Parts: sequence; structure tokens; C-alpha cells
Amino acid sequence: MAERVFMKGCEAIAEAAVRAGCRFFAGYPITPQNEIPEYMARRQPEVGGVFVQGESEVASVNMLYGAAAAGARAMSSSSSCGISLYSEGISYCASARLPVVVVNVQRGGPGIGAIQPAQQDYFQATKASGNGGFKMIVLAPATVQECVDMVYESFELAARDNNPVLVLTDGVIGTMMEPVVLPPMKSDEELAALKESFKVTGRACIGHPVGQRATCFPGSVGTGQEIANKEAEKMYATWDKDVRVEEYLVDDAEIIFAAYGISARISKAVVKQLRAEGIKAGMIRPITVSPFPYDTFANLDFTKVKGILDVEMSIPAQMRFDVDHAVQGRCPIQECRRSGGQLLTNDQVLEAARALIKEVL
Amino acid sequence: MDKVYKRTLGIQEGVVSGFCPGCMHGTAHKLVGEVVEELGKLDKLVRVEGVGCCGLGQAYVSHDTIIAAHGRACAVATGVKRCSPDSLVYTYQGDGDLASIGLDETVSAANRGENFTVIFINNGIYGMTGGQMAPTTLIGMKATTAPFGRKAEEHGYPMHVCEVLAQLKAPQFLVRTTVDTPQNVIKTRKYIKQAFQNQIDGKGFSLVEIVTTCPTNWGFTPKDSITFLRENMLAEFPVGVYRDKDAGIE
Repeated sequence: MAERVFMKGCEAIAEAAVRAGCRFFAGYPITPQNEIPEYMARRQPEVGGVFVQGESEVASVNMLYGAAAAGARAMSSSSSCGISLYSEGISYCASARLPVVVVNVQRGGPGIGAIQPAQQDYFQATKASGNGGFKMIVLAPATVQECVDMVYESFELAARDNNPVLVLTDGVIGTMMEPVVLPPMKSDEELAALKESFKVTGRACIGHPVGQRATCFPGSVGTGQEIANKEAEKMYATWDKDVRVEEYLVDDAEIIFAAYGISARISKAVVKQLRAEGIKAGMIRPITVSPFPYDTFANLDFTKVKGILDVEMSIPAQMRFDVDHAVQGRCPIQECRRSGGQLLTNDQVLEAARALIKEVL
Repeated sequence: MDKVYKRTLGIQEGVVSGFCPGCMHGTAHKLVGEVVEELGKLDKLVRVEGVGCCGLGQAYVSHDTIIAAHGRACAVATGVKRCSPDSLVYTYQGDGDLASIGLDETVSAANRGENFTVIFINNGIYGMTGGQMAPTTLIGMKATTAPFGRKAEEHGYPMHVCEVLAQLKAPQFLVRTTVDTPQNVIKTRKYIKQAFQNQIDGKGFSLVEIVTTCPTNWGFTPKDSITFLRENMLAEFPVGVYRDKDAGIE
């Protein structure tokens, strides 16, 4: 039965993972995601799961790799510069086709950046979370409820594709409290069946009778790597169906806001304000930033749409390049940005919108 | 006539190891296979393999194998063993893997007393990549990245893994051995068996360091390599039991 509670973003992420069957969590302290490992440290023992505080991000993500190879539903979380240290393990999981879930509660960057919220990791998340050109489904929640739903679902997506899934959120959503409806807890029987279904694939490295060995090989010899890369490419090609996007008042819009995550929430408030003034504003919010909803932007009616405002907590803007790629110069695109842990305000976004409106309307 | 010796089932039949002539990796693999077969646990055995020459083992052994990133075997083994406690898990790592890039993972897993077994091959050099200086390279020993020989003032001293880990409270069993003679092979076999038995008994972290040769990168014949091992490697890395909680060696 659905359960409505008031929870902090990070804790809601952790509880959703537990309910999705996460029985292994390894992580290393880094702000602003500490409530996830802290919650897991007390919650995993209650459900017969394992929590390990890794000696580093590098160790934590490699523990995840081992746990997934043993057939456990495994998750880890970190933030920005910590995620950089995860790139080795994420790439290995992608190569070995292991289903793991990683949460990035973004903070400022580059480098150690700032502990406050930012959206500075878009390229890293969507284009290159490690070496080798692999891809992941990357979900970008804008509310605590979406964090819950997306983390819960990410385990299914990871298991479906045998591929890592990234949940890309930020320090605002991770640290704020909102009412959420929690999903049902997967039963021990369901989890045992899931583990068994992984075992029967012959891929679980937990010991096999002689002659039936399983191997977990994040690479290959000879032509094997090329074959594996082609297999992965086939999997990526199935993701068109997974594209998710929120189109808010887009139908008659002349000004479109492009924003994801927390920036989209702020943008939505500004869209409402402009609408109240009679300005035809709308918003396109990529919910999956990978795969990116290129078609939604590409198929806009550019006889109506006069300009796009890309709103991001990143300097330089990053998602803007995907918007550009879809729009192909058919309307002007301007940017509204903050960075380094500074939050966008409604006023700032409104001001940027008015500047665009003045120019194009 | 009774069969008194046979190939272990822990190694695939008809597969050539790929190790160089005179390399001792083959002996170490054979011993692991024999010991675990004797313990009746081959069907539970999971190998977490380091990067380097030990990576040649994945095509050679007959049991489950996970290839870890360079240095991360002890972290990967932590994930496997915690999620599948019935599996018999061991890492198989060289000196560059375990004592340089993976030193943090090794020390931390040992310090947590993780219940798995580590087989550590110390030949004082990076083999697979072509003879670069390892943390265990001897003073004065030449390597492709120390062409004038290892100098203490520039490179520091050889890393003594058993001695370092023996500073920790958690490890159950830490031993350094070699396989240069039949007697030492038998002794090493006994240590490896104890290291796996410890895991079966839930006693925690056990590490067997095997000092070996690398004729190819040392630039010696296999025979001269053994002489070098006895005269130089074992002088720097004395064999012996550094920790055995059951025997009261702390």
C-alpha cells in the first residue's frame, strides 16, 4: 500500500533504493549526499543487506562492481568530484554489463568546487562518465517524489539492460524535504527470484561446478571488444522508447525554457508568471537527459517559437549543446546560468526571459 | 596401479597458461587449484583477478573469475564476499597491483578483516607492461623506469607488504613464502590451504605472499633467476609467518 511521508531528498533516495531491492550499498562521505550513506548504514542491517563505508570513492565503486557480479542489487551515491573517482568503476560495470545504480547529488565544480548545489556535471553524466564511450540512461529528477520514483525504476532499467543507470540530481533536491509517496517494498521472495534469474544466466560469479564457470570480464581479447561494443550499441538503439520529457504549455508557446532538474522547477514558476502577463511562454524539461529528447526540440513549430532560454546552474552552459544540436539554428538560444553553488532565483530567470523577449518578440 | 598425481580440476584441461618459461605463476595457480579441490570447494571458488601477468590466469583456471580494475581486487572481493558469503573468494594479485596502485584497497580490506583470501605474487617488477619499477623492486635493481637501478633516496625502499599488514590488528594470517624448491612448494601449499581454511571457518583476512622470479624482465635465465631470488629477493623479503592468530603469532 502506498505510504505518504515527509522526507529529505537524500533519505528518500535511500529508502526508495531499499524498497527496490538494493541490498548492497558502498559509499564514501562527501557533501551534499551524506544522508544517503548514513541512512543506508542504519537501514541495510534491518533488511538483511550490506552497507560498507568504502575507504575511498574508488574502492566503493569497485565494491559495487563485485556486489553486482555476485548478483546483488547494488547502489552507490556520491557528488561531483567523487563521481569523477567513480568513473573507473562505472566504466568497468558498463563494459562487463553489470546492472548498478549510481546517484550523483551534484555540487559545484570543476575540482573540489563548492559543497553547495550546482548542475555542473551534465557532460560527465551524459557523455563520458568514464573511458571507452559507453552510455547510460541518466534520469534527472526535479522533485523529491521524482527522486523516489526514478531511483526505484532505475534498478529495473539497470537489470533490463545489464547496464549502469545514473540518477543525476543536485544539492537542492537532495537536501530539501517534501511529502512523498513511497513505493511498495519488494519482498524477500521477489528478491530471491531476481537473484535466481541472474544466476541462471550463468553470469553470477558466486562459484560454479567445474566446467560451468562464469566470468566477469570488463573488456575482451582479440575481436571480442568490438563485438561487445556493437552489442552495447544495439542496446543504446533501443532507448528511443525510454526518452522522457515534460512539455509544459509548449503548444502555443513563443518563448521556450529549456531546463532540467532544479532549474526546471524555477523556470516553471517563471513560465507561470509570464503567462499571467499574457506572454506565451512554455518549458521543455528533459527528464531523461540521456537519452536526450532531441525530437521534442527538433519538432517544435519554429514559425511559432521565437526563442529558447536555456536555464542551467552551470557556467559554461552544458545542456545547451544538446538543445543546439536539436534546434540547428532555427531560433535564437540564450542562456541563464549560475554556477559554483550559487542558486538561480526566479528574478534572475525572469530578467533573462525579458531580455530574450525584448529581442525576439 | 594407483594414480598418485593428476592435474588439478581447478585448471582447465588442454589450456596453455601463457606464462613465460621459468615463471612461477604456474606453480601458484596449480597450488590454489589443488588445495581448493582438496577442500571440496572448487564449485564455490571465485577468483578476483588483478591486472598484470596474473590477468593471464582468467583463460587458464576453471573456476569463476572476475577481472578487477588495476589495484581494486580487494575492493571487488569485498563486494563479492559480502553479497555471497558462501562463495570461497580469493584475489590473485601481483606486486604493482596489490602494493602500489591497490595499496589502499589492500590495507583497508585487511584492516576490516574481510573474510577472503589473498594470493600475492611478489617478483619485484611489473611483468606484463615490460619491466617497470615496482614498489618491491630491490635497491640497485634495474627497471625500464629506473634504468640506473632503484635508488633509495629517489625511489624509496622496497615495500614489505606482510610487515606493513602485520601492524594491523584484524588480519588472521599473513605469511611470506616462495616456491624455489619442492620443499618450499609443499610449504606454500600448506600455507595456501590454511589461508582458504581460515576463510571457510570465517576467521577473516588471510594473505599468502609468494616471492617469485621474472626471468623475462629480470634479464636472467630461469636457472639464474632462481639464484637471484635466493640471494637477493629472499634477503630483502624474508620468508616466514608474520601473523597467525591460531598459532599465537601476533
